Amino acid sequence: MSAHTHTHDHVCWGHSTHSKAHNHRLEVSGLTLSYREVLALHDINFATECGRSIALIGPNGAGKSTLLKALAGLLKADRGTILWRGKPLTRSSHEIAYLPQRGEVDWNFPITVRGLVEMGRYPNLGWWKRYSTHDEEIVERAIVSMQLQDLQHRQISALSGGQQQRTFIARALAQEAHVLLLDEPYTGLDKPAQESLAKLFRELTGEGRLLIASHHELQSVPNIFDEVLLLKKDQVAFGAVKEAFTSENIQRAYET
Amino acid sequence: MTTFTDFLSEPIAKRALLACAMIGFSNGFVSAFVVLRKSALKVGTLSHALLPGLALAVLCFGLTQWSALAGAIFAAMFVGLGSIFVARTSRLDQDTAMGILYTTAFAGGIVLLTGMQMRQKLDEWLFGSIVGMADSDLWIAFGISAIAVLTLTMLQRPLLIFLFEPNVAASLGVPVRMLNYALFAIVILVLISSLQAVGCILSVGLLVAPAATVYLFSNNARTLFIGGGIIGALGSTTAFFLSYPLGWHISSTIVLVLGTFFTLGYIFSPRYGLFASRKRSS
Repeated sequence: MSAHTHTHDHVCWGHSTHSKAHNHRLEVSGLTLSYREVLALHDINFATECGRSIALIGPNGAGKSTLLKALAGLLKADRGTILWRGKPLTRSSHEIAYLPQRGEVDWNFPITVRGLVEMGRYPNLGWWKRYSTHDEEIVERAIVSMQLQDLQHRQISALSGGQQQRTFIARALAQEAHVLLLDEPYTGLDKPAQESLAKLFRELTGEGRLLIASHHELQSVPNIFDEVLLLKKDQVAFGAVKEAFTSENIQRAYET
Repeated sequence: MTTFTDFLSEPIAKRALLACAMIGFSNGFVSAFVVLRKSALKVGTLSHALLPGLALAVLCFGLTQWSALAGAIFAAMFVGLGSIFVARTSRLDQDTAMGILYTTAFAGGIVLLTGMQMRQKLDEWLFGSIVGMADSDLWIAFGISAIAVLTLTMLQRPLLIFLFEPNVAASLGVPVRMLNYALFAIVILVLISSLQAVGCILSVGLLVAPAATVYLFSNNARTLFIGGGIIGALGSTTAFFLSYPLGWHISSTIVLVLGTFFTLGYIFSPRYGLFASRKRSS
């Protein structure tokens, strides 16, 4: 099939050595953001690179969703910078995919799985450019890799929670996104669906993507994520799960 | 039925029929946007807000098509932006502010128009006057329909992503703010043309029912636009042929026919009707 001839030249294959050479780094420094004079995030600093998955952990109102939206370029920071590959991140909209919480989406919207995945081609197509066989191939591959072939003509409300999450990820793949920002992707999924999503996360980071997800289920963090950012408006801790995800840090994030 | 065929041969009837088809199509087309944006109530508010704008324009500049247009746009902006301003500067939400602003403006409009001895015009704006349309009215309706249908067609791709999820759209690089303004302008334009057809009280029906009916049949958002247009045109022209023999008011007949279409779909749609099994998919 010709779909397989297309190479992933936009994603850095084989993590660290390549990614360092390409400098696929995400660097956030001094990020401060407020909603109508109410401080939402204060002085966030961390740096990471592609091929990793990061959990944003913290109590309600700690700024997890705000940070994801800021990284997606949906909210403007008061201060600080977000650099992706050395450039301000908002300038590379096709490389960043934002996946909203499932509860924020109107699942009755008249669209099929395939239609939703095709939306990912927008950054490349713009308003009028013709949807070509190249686009068709990319969409097809995204659908196949998320195992949505049999569901592709379903309306999106006729899917399970895990299938809906996979549809979102397929849209991000169709977008050829390098960085995936996911808001509470594990919320509302049953155990088997959570496990298959965790496996998917490892596959996606394995092919060189950077995943950043807000998460609230503490005990599953070591199984799913490589790094963790503990938040409470201020940054409590950041680092590899083994080092930063300590009971002491968790307590500091959740104490009132 | 000789009287009806006589009536049909008159230019006034031909113009009305043409207007029904055109205004029905453009309103039905735009109704897809209104339904997917879930803004039926906001559009209802806007349509009522047009009346005081028309009254003010007549008061200041006399009655021409252009002054009416300017007045309508001014009034819609006043209520739309005014409610945002009140919501920002007080503890009230935007819906509450809109509810106060538009009823106050509407009441003012009625007093103004009655005071200016314009009862007849007031009735036309409240309930429509599609049978009394002049050639120039028809051209304006045609212009508005063409602009609305062409713009929505051209913007289809970004528009559908925006309607699905504004945050996703913004992250994909869809110019969300620009779309918002453009669509607000189109809704106002289309409201002005439906003001002529069915009046400001019933115009919401024409701007909601067609696509809502198609929504019960289709899982393709694009179908909602063209299908809404066809239902709108079909319903309006059917109403035209029904209203004369039955002696019914034409604006009310248009909305009644569209309401009947919707009810039939609500009950009998094989996919999402009352008797369809919800479990079935694809």
